[in-house]
Amino acid sequence: MTEQPRLAEQNVAVLLAEPFVKWFAAKGWSPRAHQLELLAKAQAGQSALLIAPTGAGKTLAGFLPSLTELAKRPRRKPGGAHRGIHTLYISPLKALAVDIERNLGKPVEEIGLPVTIETRTGDTPSHKRQRQKLAPPDILLTTPEQLALLIASADARRFFEDLRYVVLDELHSLVTSKRGHLLALGLARLRAFVPELQTIGLSATVAEPDELRRWLVSQASPEAMSELIVVTGGAKPDISILDSEERVPWAGHSARYATPEIYREVKRHKTTLLFVNTRSQAELLFQELWRVNEDTLPIALHHGSLDVAQRRRVEKAMGENALRAIVATSTLDLGIDWGDVDLVVHVGAPKGASRLAQRIGRANHRMDEPSKAILIPANRFEVLECRAALDANYLGAQDTPPLVNGGLDVLAQHVLGCACGAPFHADALFDEVRSAAPYVSLDRPTFDRVIDFVATGGYALRNYERYARIRQTKEGLWRVSNPRVAQQYRLNVGTIIEVPALNVRYVQAGSKGAASRGGRVLGKIEEAFLETLTYGDTFMFAGRVLRFEGIRDNECFVSNAPGSEAKVPYYGGGKFPLSTYLAEQVRAMLDDPQRWKKLPEQVADWLRFQADKSVLPKRDDLLIETFPRGNRHYLVAYPFEGRLAHQTLGMLLTRRLDRAGAKPVGFVATDYALAIWSLADMGWMFKNKKPSLAALFDQDMLGDDLEAWFADSWLLKRTFRNCALISGLIEKRHPGKEKSGRQVTVSTDLIYDVLRSHEPDHILLQATRVDAATGLLDVSRLAEMLSRIRGRIVHKDLEQISPLAVPIMLEIGKMPVHGEADETLLMDAATLVEEAMGPEMAD
Amino acid sequence: MNFSLSRATLVAEADFVGIAGERAVCDRRGVLYFPDLRLLAVSDLHLEKGSSFARRGALIPPYDTGATLLRLQAVIADYGPRIVVSLGDSFHDGGGAERMHLSFRERLEAMMAGRDWFWVAGNHDPDAPADLPGETVRELAIGSLVFRHEPSKLRVEGEIAGHLHPCARIVQRGRSVRRRCFAGDGGRMIMPAFGAYTGSLNVLDRAYAGLFRLETLVAYMLGAERIFAISGSMLRPG
Repeated sequence: MTEQPRLAEQNVAVLLAEPFVKWFAAKGWSPRAHQLELLAKAQAGQSALLIAPTGAGKTLAGFLPSLTELAKRPRRKPGGAHRGIHTLYISPLKALAVDIERNLGKPVEEIGLPVTIETRTGDTPSHKRQRQKLAPPDILLTTPEQLALLIASADARRFFEDLRYVVLDELHSLVTSKRGHLLALGLARLRAFVPELQTIGLSATVAEPDELRRWLVSQASPEAMSELIVVTGGAKPDISILDSEERVPWAGHSARYATPEIYREVKRHKTTLLFVNTRSQAELLFQELWRVNEDTLPIALHHGSLDVAQRRRVEKAMGENALRAIVATSTLDLGIDWGDVDLVVHVGAPKGASRLAQRIGRANHRMDEPSKAILIPANRFEVLECRAALDANYLGAQDTPPLVNGGLDVLAQHVLGCACGAPFHADALFDEVRSAAPYVSLDRPTFDRVIDFVATGGYALRNYERYARIRQTKEGLWRVSNPRVAQQYRLNVGTIIEVPALNVRYVQAGSKGAASRGGRVLGKIEEAFLETLTYGDTFMFAGRVLRFEGIRDNECFVSNAPGSEAKVPYYGGGKFPLSTYLAEQVRAMLDDPQRWKKLPEQVADWLRFQADKSVLPKRDDLLIETFPRGNRHYLVAYPFEGRLAHQTLGMLLTRRLDRAGAKPVGFVATDYALAIWSLADMGWMFKNKKPSLAALFDQDMLGDDLEAWFADSWLLKRTFRNCALISGLIEKRHPGKEKSGRQVTVSTDLIYDVLRSHEPDHILLQATRVDAATGLLDVSRLAEMLSRIRGRIVHKDLEQISPLAVPIMLEIGKMPVHGEADETLLMDAATLVEEAMGPEMAD
Repeated sequence: MNFSLSRATLVAEADFVGIAGERAVCDRRGVLYFPDLRLLAVSDLHLEKGSSFARRGALIPPYDTGATLLRLQAVIADYGPRIVVSLGDSFHDGGGAERMHLSFRERLEAMMAGRDWFWVAGNHDPDAPADLPGETVRELAIGSLVFRHEPSKLRVEGEIAGHLHPCARIVQRGRSVRRRCFAGDGGRMIMPAFGAYTGSLNVLDRAYAGLFRLETLVAYMLGAERIFAISGSMLRPG
């Protein structure tokens, strides 16, 4: 790498046309080595992956090959035919595309290039889309969903026939989701139109760059990879963990104890970005900061549920450096560049080392100056986790998740999209699909079942032939049977499933929403949360304490409740599970008293107490404690495998414990531990091997028990709903039917029940199980854990609760308790009726 | 959550209710049985809803008719009624009976054999189902009871109706439970929808306005093993 700058300088004139050289000179800049290296590779006809930290000039690097080529292209003669798109830029965020249009437009104008740049997103008006079809811009900035739509149009081939480059921004974040699968299939389609197409991927640091390199090029030749350019360096960030003078709480996620110390830091810096993991944490921290904001510093709130207009105001103020602090969730995670942030405060544990590195990259967007960041653990386990993440960031460890195989629901959507574009031959499409990295291992029978699913639903009871959406012609080509199919497809494209949410609107207190409906919309809030509220309940949203006034016509009415405490807590757990890597680091730290020296004294004391009263687990052991408390018996396990895996483990263990006669009542799961409580003495049962812990934790729980639980787990139903929507089984929207009520649609829960009992091997159920295993249930991680701990379970039967168990025991009552059946709640309600009204009424 | 507590398991599957002086078994599977009349009432079967959707391009699984008939078969086997009243919307659309798979038609006909079967006309199926036995009626009066699809606007003692697909919701200990239900005030009873693909509408919705005496409204919510009678004051909208 050290040789390259000089080499590059010699090449500048060869690689860059004169106007570019002049422009750089006029700016007093010189092209960076990686920009030229990428240009050289692109000019040699290669695709490339550029991995660089924020502030390294990634965007310009990604566009230089296009711009230099476009600069040399002869101008279109007036009246001559329009040329197709030259470069397609794809980003995960609409806002990012808009941002790039601005940032790229400037140099293009200054250099005087005859290049047109336009965006195309969900917000683009239809007349502009029409115009883009007729007179395409040279560079089109868009999102994966828009690409899918373009591919599904009849003129796709002509539209893309002049395409030279596809630039994929924030590739690391795109590839991990179903959006990435859809995009990979779209790329494969583009390569079928234009075989010599080149791709340029721009990415933050990832654990496995080769996965992304394969992703960028056709896998028709096995294991083919793009070129790789890595920009290392950037100044080492200056990260510290807040060593609070206050007592660090045992449990909870609010970090309220640290508010005065956070405020002190905000005062000391120009602009502070405060990251939290969830919306509710953002709300709480914002409230707390304003409570101590004696100097009325401009402190703003930003999260995805807030009204768009309000978000834009905050973003604008931030760009103008008018804010001193912004409390934000992951909406600001990606590469949007705003203002002069000189401090990042991360409240709550980062959950992954790579995520922490990317968030800290937000501060001080110049790569040669160190970023400054402070971590605020919200509880004692988070102190351990922050320490582990901090060590990882210094070590440069990466724990971005490995890529998973492409979803079959996404493939179904793509197959229909291809048919909407032009009739296809199954053999050719199969080869094309397998050239996309996520679908390399797809087998032909599965592919054929997906086609069958798209055509007629793929049911064993073959009675939908006459309603087929695609049909095979005599020549063997599949084509859509009806133009309406293409119309419906266009309304349902994409893989982003929105959680049902209601607008939150201001009304007068006590009006129940009936009288006034002119109030302002504050944002959107999940239906599931609202369902638990009663008239008059207070909760926190949009930086205020609000009183719930009722729900009317798909809107949630609220009034201001200033000065009140928010009564209803919103579940405060993190939405990202603890990464495997950090989990291992935390276990390693528990096992190594030498490393406790770096921990705050109160936390180190806590661990010493644990060693004294119970035991600390060895790095690869699983510690299980049992103890009585009140009239219950408790089992606390410490797998450190993340909340999702623990939740699944909890479900499966309670089933087994129930069979063994332990009479389990419920459980809670955190990122670090799992607590189950029961009526029988589990400690006694394990000691007498009735059953043994080894048998209880045997891997066979992932067989029948898991299958039986699948039957009616709401997690599976939720996963199925997503698969059903993405695969096109049911529709997201229908022209003119956006507000269809419960009676008009068929709930996916009902479909799931019927399909599962009548055709359990249906391809969509297969897709659901695979999804659940890696997603909400995290079965894969649980499986790894069960195999790791075989023969390594350490049981401590205690007289009373251990120090390590305190945090999770405090979560009981604060978190949703699983295992307690809905039937019990109904029973309680029915009993109340009987008590109140006498038995004859309830009969 | 499949995990049920032992105290919920010992209770019987059905409860008795009184409607305008008639005694009926309120079965947790969503049917009413009048032992004195040997009459079974079931509402909103919506047979062939799956194929009705498929016709319009949504290829949802075609097993709903089979699933609904299987459940119906079980309750008929349990009670052995002399009269069966299907309270309307028996088929999801007018062409439903025609589209029905032969095996399902045979199953249905076997169930109908040897008893009086009334198809009450519904808004989805105003006409008699094609080529099926049974008598199609607009409404049916037996004893002090009157069976019709849509509940009438005026107060009618002894009315058994369907159409609205009632469900009820309670919130206990911060959690919300929503179930299909029978909704009754002692004079009128609105039955839950029985069909496998039928959705539901909260009894507190405006669509129910004026149908019940609110002070005696009870939602008989369908549980896994029994009916739960919940008074109107405990119910939540949504």
